[in-house]
Amino acid sequence: MSGIPHDHYEPKTGAEKWLHSRLPIVGLLYDTLMIPTPKNLNWMWIWGIVLTFCLALQIVTGIILVMHYTPHVDMAFASIEHIMRNVNGGHMIRYLHMNGASLFFFAVYIHIFRGLYYGSYKAPREITWIIGMLIYLCMMGTAFMGYVLPWGQMSFWGATVITGLFGAIPFIGEPIQTWLLGGPAVDNATLNRFFSLHYLLPFVIAALVAVHIWAFHSTGNNNPTGVEVRRGSKAEAEKDTVPFWPYFVIKDLFALALIMVVFFAIVGFMPNYLGHPDNYIEANPLVTPAHIVPEWYFLPFYAILRAFTSDVWVVMFASWITGGIIDAKFFGVLAMFGAIAVMALVPWLDTSSVRSGRYRPMFKWWFALLVIDFIVLMWAGAMPAEPPYSTISLIGATYWFAYFLVILPLLGVIEKPQPQPETIEDDFASHYPKASGEAGQSAATPAE
Amino acid sequence: MFKKLAISAVAALTLSAGGALAAEEGHVHDVDFSFEGPFGKFDQNQLQRGLQVYTEVCASCHGMTYVPMRTLADEGGPQLPEDQVRAYAAQYEVFDPELDDYRPARPTDHFPEGNDPNAPDLSLMAKKRAGFHGPYGTGMAQLFQGMGGPEYIVAILTGYTGEDKFEAGTTFYENTAFPGGWISMAPPLYGEDVEYADGHSNDLHHEAEDVSAFLMWAAEPKMMARKQAGLTGVIFLTVLTVLLYLTNKRIWAPIKGKKIG
Repeated sequence: MSGIPHDHYEPKTGAEKWLHSRLPIVGLLYDTLMIPTPKNLNWMWIWGIVLTFCLALQIVTGIILVMHYTPHVDMAFASIEHIMRNVNGGHMIRYLHMNGASLFFFAVYIHIFRGLYYGSYKAPREITWIIGMLIYLCMMGTAFMGYVLPWGQMSFWGATVITGLFGAIPFIGEPIQTWLLGGPAVDNATLNRFFSLHYLLPFVIAALVAVHIWAFHSTGNNNPTGVEVRRGSKAEAEKDTVPFWPYFVIKDLFALALIMVVFFAIVGFMPNYLGHPDNYIEANPLVTPAHIVPEWYFLPFYAILRAFTSDVWVVMFASWITGGIIDAKFFGVLAMFGAIAVMALVPWLDTSSVRSGRYRPMFKWWFALLVIDFIVLMWAGAMPAEPPYSTISLIGATYWFAYFLVILPLLGVIEKPQPQPETIEDDFASHYPKASGEAGQSAATPAE
Repeated sequence: MFKKLAISAVAALTLSAGGALAAEEGHVHDVDFSFEGPFGKFDQNQLQRGLQVYTEVCASCHGMTYVPMRTLADEGGPQLPEDQVRAYAAQYEVFDPELDDYRPARPTDHFPEGNDPNAPDLSLMAKKRAGFHGPYGTGMAQLFQGMGGPEYIVAILTGYTGEDKFEAGTTFYENTAFPGGWISMAPPLYGEDVEYADGHSNDLHHEAEDVSAFLMWAAEPKMMARKQAGLTGVIFLTVLTVLLYLTNKRIWAPIKGKKIG
């Protein structure tokens, strides 16, 4: 499967040969687990395992929750309280699921920013990147619909605001919104379809994850240097890589266990810290909360959505040139989806021939600013939509687009990259001077 | 790189948070409740006193419909003896659709609805209000002091200034903790409203704290079990982390050219 030369599974016993000639599943598992992995991967490469774990955690806890949950506007809120009070261990399962969503997004943001810094999106890994963006979109849809299910005040009003975005599309917006909601407003029909889709999408994500892994197993992992693994011969490749099992499995599991310590501390000691108190009030279509805020992981994009008010010149210009078809609301929606779209298109927006940000002296600073920008947007998204926060959101949103549409294309032309190591082996050896070539050779045989 | 980024990001956040937030929220003081922190436990006596305040004062208007009365006997709660729970339940009348008539409540019934339709249900009051915010939307106050639901209830109960006004057919009472400053609930507690059997002080502050602790239990009856589970998880996972750290170190030693210890 992989382009990097390595040992493949050879069936030895009769039974193995019998199975292998009919279904080479052991070979598939062997090749997946023993894939040659660049040995210089740093701690930013552990988040994939964390994310896989999150998906499994959410599916398992979610399936248990469904056994006790009632998707009906009159009973949903009470059924959550039933889970919290009467179901054995139900409070723990629900808090794991609630905070599991937060861990999922925390991990995916680090995973995405790692990709952006080390140029993991660049050729030949564009498909991996695009699939990743699709996974991220599905995650957002799943999380949003899941947040509606407890039928609290934020559930209801969050659903009203977000589905209202589709209503902002000119001409066809309102019919689309009605079709999505199953009626003129968020009601029982909405709750039922969100429940159905919230159950479906995680399995779509699981399938996309398989394709994501397949894609980067075909191209091989990126690594902190961005230098490709040598593929001339198996011996050459083995100087740059170690098999995924046991080296990276154990390393990733160690990182996962450490993250789980923090996760269990949050679930056990402060499970409602990341939630909004208003969601413990049952949904009431007649009472609008003072501030409608989404969950923390949507805040950066929520800030971009709200940044483009009708007094911003680009919005006025867009409105004038389209004869009023694009108003501030629709512009905000376009900006929000555009903010994700530019991220998905980054493989073609980044013109630099150097993959890793480690060897790009100017890029480093602009990237650091992007991370700060993301955090500032997250903060601005939680604040009321009034000055100075609206101005801060606008500056933040502008930088987000400028980074992808202007800075990245220009940097590739004007930046002088620093020298990169010839091989991954060289990079590894500069960190571990005692690691000789022979040690690299022994890498092929796992330690006992 | 990422470490530096994280530090500069936090610094930027703190600096950029200079703009002041309009503080419409009322003032809420931190209360040192026994159930706070990772090792915090409900004080069983306090919950029983709080139940008494709830029953004799709050319940005349408010309800608590999500809480089954049998849970008063549960571990990690007021833990009343079974016969007391039965006697407690029997003081309420509930409508039984099977009998098509009212009957005395049983422990399996929930606390009844409130008598005043304007009085909100108190089952989740300690979780649906937050006492602490910010500063500047950073969430630091909640991180260190907790969400502050019980503190908010204490602040409301003790925050009346004695002023009132009549507006649009309703009397409003000035309250320093209520957002906007005027609340339609008349002062429910003045101090010495209930007689505690255990002789505990029944001044206004103690009554308010007792009933707030009780409402925290009502909102989060499994808190002690949850903290226990969290602690067990943290301890076991820490051991697992150490073992995996050592395994990882040993596995990588030959690759990194280090001696195996």
